Amino acid sequence: MDFQPTEERRMLADMIGKFIQNDYPLKERLTAGSSALGYCPTAYSTMAQLGLIGALFEEEVGGFGGSGFDIATVFTELGKGLVVEPLNDTALTTGYILAQTDQLDLVEQIVLGEKRVALGLIENGADYDWSAPETLARKTDAEWQLNGVKTSVKFAHGADALIVSAQTQSAPGISLFLIEAAATGLAEHPFQTVDGGNACEITLHNTPAQLLGVEGAAYPLIDAAAARATLALCAEALGLMERIKDMTIDYMRTRKQFGSELGKFQALQHRVAQMLLEIEQAKSAVINAANDLQAPADERNRAISAAKYSIGRIGCAVAEEAIQLHGGIGMTWEYDLGHFAKRLVMIDHEWGDQDFHLMRFAES
Amino acid sequence: MDLNFTEADQAFRQEVIEFLSVELPADISRRVHADLPVSKEDTEFWHAVLHKRGWLTYNWPKSFGGVGWSPVQQSIFEEECATAGAPRILPFGLKMLAPVLMAFGSKEQQEHWLPRMCDGTDWWCQGYSEPGSGSDLASLKTTAVKQGDHYVINGQKTWTTLGQYANMIFCLVRTNSDTKPQAGISFILVDLATPGIEMRPIRTLDGGQEVNEVFFTDVRVPASNLVGEENKGWTYAKYLLAHERNGIANVGISGQKLARLKRLSLTQKRNGKPLADDPLFAARLARLEIELRNLETTNLRVLDGFSKGAGPGPESSMLKIIGSELEQNFDDLTRRALGRHAQAHTPQVFEPGYNGPQVAPQDMANQSAAYFNKRKVSIYGGSNEIQKNIITKMILGL
Ligand SMILES: Cc1cc2nc3c(=O)[nH]c(=O)nc-3n(C[C@H](O)[C@H](O)[C@H](O)COP(=O)(O)OP(=O)(O)OC[C@H]3O[C@@H](n4cnc5c(N)ncnc54)[C@H](O)[C@@H]3O)c2cc1C
Repeated sequence: MDFQPTEERRMLADMIGKFIQNDYPLKERLTAGSSALGYCPTAYSTMAQLGLIGALFEEEVGGFGGSGFDIATVFTELGKGLVVEPLNDTALTTGYILAQTDQLDLVEQIVLGEKRVALGLIENGADYDWSAPETLARKTDAEWQLNGVKTSVKFAHGADALIVSAQTQSAPGISLFLIEAAATGLAEHPFQTVDGGNACEITLHNTPAQLLGVEGAAYPLIDAAAARATLALCAEALGLMERIKDMTIDYMRTRKQFGSELGKFQALQHRVAQMLLEIEQAKSAVINAANDLQAPADERNRAISAAKYSIGRIGCAVAEEAIQLHGGIGMTWEYDLGHFAKRLVMIDHEWGDQDFHLMRFAES
Repeated sequence: MDLNFTEADQAFRQEVIEFLSVELPADISRRVHADLPVSKEDTEFWHAVLHKRGWLTYNWPKSFGGVGWSPVQQSIFEEECATAGAPRILPFGLKMLAPVLMAFGSKEQQEHWLPRMCDGTDWWCQGYSEPGSGSDLASLKTTAVKQGDHYVINGQKTWTTLGQYANMIFCLVRTNSDTKPQAGISFILVDLATPGIEMRPIRTLDGGQEVNEVFFTDVRVPASNLVGEENKGWTYAKYLLAHERNGIANVGISGQKLARLKRLSLTQKRNGKPLADDPLFAARLARLEIELRNLETTNLRVLDGFSKGAGPGPESSMLKIIGSELEQNFDDLTRRALGRHAQAHTPQVFEPGYNGPQVAPQDMANQSAAYFNKRKVSIYGGSNEIQKNIITKMILGL
């Protein structure tokens, strides 16, 4: 066993850390997060040029990484910078699906940051379950056409294309389709997200689409893509928590009440100590998940659910605790903490919350 | 022991319900139910409606124009107001300053300020906290120096809730620096239109604007605005805080949130089934409902003790802790119930003419922001940690 990151991954992490420190001020991130796109395309391109997307893909498809630990390394660092650019939503997840369905030209463009492809699985009801889409795909003479409504499609606005799930009449099971953003019958209704960023409701009306892979057989593919997306989210949350913990400790060292630093009050010391314990446990969960990303689906999903449950539970607790320990200042927009806390809590609402994954783990 | 409501209580409840159904405009209750900020106009309007009925001062003693309701009746009133979605009564004047003036103010002060709170002439805000003095309030540094028949105030207050709407602020100021901190504090009333005052907004993490900083530079305040005696302000301040904590059990509001969650759990889906059928969610909801039932009785027990004893005591710290955490837990579970849609931040769906996407159910469009906003309730009014310190000292005697 060896728990040290490889030299390459350490360098990758350092490089991302330096980029964030020098070129990714939080102020600009917040402005980008509340803009119409919800992120900054220039920053996205820069990250692609630095190889951050390449690190998420295997060599055969134009990347130089692609393992669980590569994904975890990149997203932990992105989390530390509260990076809003949708490397998870418009590159990692969709790029994986496209790579598995032989769309290598598009994958290459994704890796270079030239194209962004969003993913629409969720439909109404706010459910996390993506296994039974009601969106319907019909084959006409010349092409497939889609009808349905997808909600909470993250960062679809400004993407070049979309991948959506649908059922077909000719085969049971789920199928995946690629749709050009400019396709006829596609209407996009963007909205802000509370953690800064953007998502869309997408309506499809006789929208022409291209089938990806085999009709009706997309379940395992989506499941594997979901595992990647979920791992990335967990790693991002870990980065956020590391920063939140550091901010809290710094604050407790400097803020004085009753003539001494907050950090001198034992009631508070124990709470930060508890925070540290929880984050260490979360970190182990992420390591387990990264390690099992290549494992057979059942085993992989158990590790992924264990991680997402842990991150969901611990993330919310850490966010709430850090705000509480800061007092009033933690409630303000001006102070960084609140923005990290918002993202951390919202991670519990993507790709299944803690209860969803607890059940999935229990039932597996 | 008899936990049943009397017939008179039941009749009273009916009276409140009827009053609310006639007087409370639907657009206001809709905003309140959706946890959106209530405008200045709507608050003033609602105060006027309650005032006309004589209920604005429902928790004042009869001798000052209160209605003389029992603790049970007061709770019924608060509960029904919350259920109906009535704007909360602004506490700063009516529930905080008023008891202090009644107990420690001069007859002139009582006759001048109390009626103005009721008829809407004054909107009060609370000037206790300072950047360096939050939990350790007694360390406050804003000074008031007596010059003839005026005090001259210099310093800064912060976290001033809804100060942007206020014309008056009550402040704790330092009038003596040569003694132990608590013994050099005075309580003074300041007109915000006085030269030398500047109010600046502080934006909260949810993007809202409800708190402010207030800067005082050579602000001249008539000495007649001092409440009680100079350097006795700490006693009055603590008296006020005990009253502030009183309503904070928020049983009515949590009850309303419980009902809302139950409705929501029937329409939301989890794994293709109604959320209400999800065992983990059902357990979470049950836990909160049990906590609330327990709190209802704890609240009444404590209030009953106050009404038979010497008024609010350290037990109000218990209500503050349990009540604030329960309210936060309801907001937390509401956010969870929204599942994937919790991330949407679309308060603009409440604007007239909105035609964008409707992501979360409409009355839930501001819920995640509200969840983050409500992190404040365990911080303000004396943080929950400070309440525990009070309990440790005053009740446990440790
Ligand atoms: C939304 C909002 C509205 C407010 N409105 C008003 C208002 O209208 N008027 C007004 O005057 N004030 C108002 N406040 C201020 C509020 O009362 C203070 O924020 C509160 O007293 C805490 O002070 P602080 O923020 O300086 O935190 P600090 O005192 O710095 O505390 C930071 C953390 O340390 C903990 N802590 C501090 N001392 C101890 C100790 N001895 N033992 C254990 N733990 C400790 C606290 O509990 C907290 O968790 C408001 C605050 C907020 C957030």
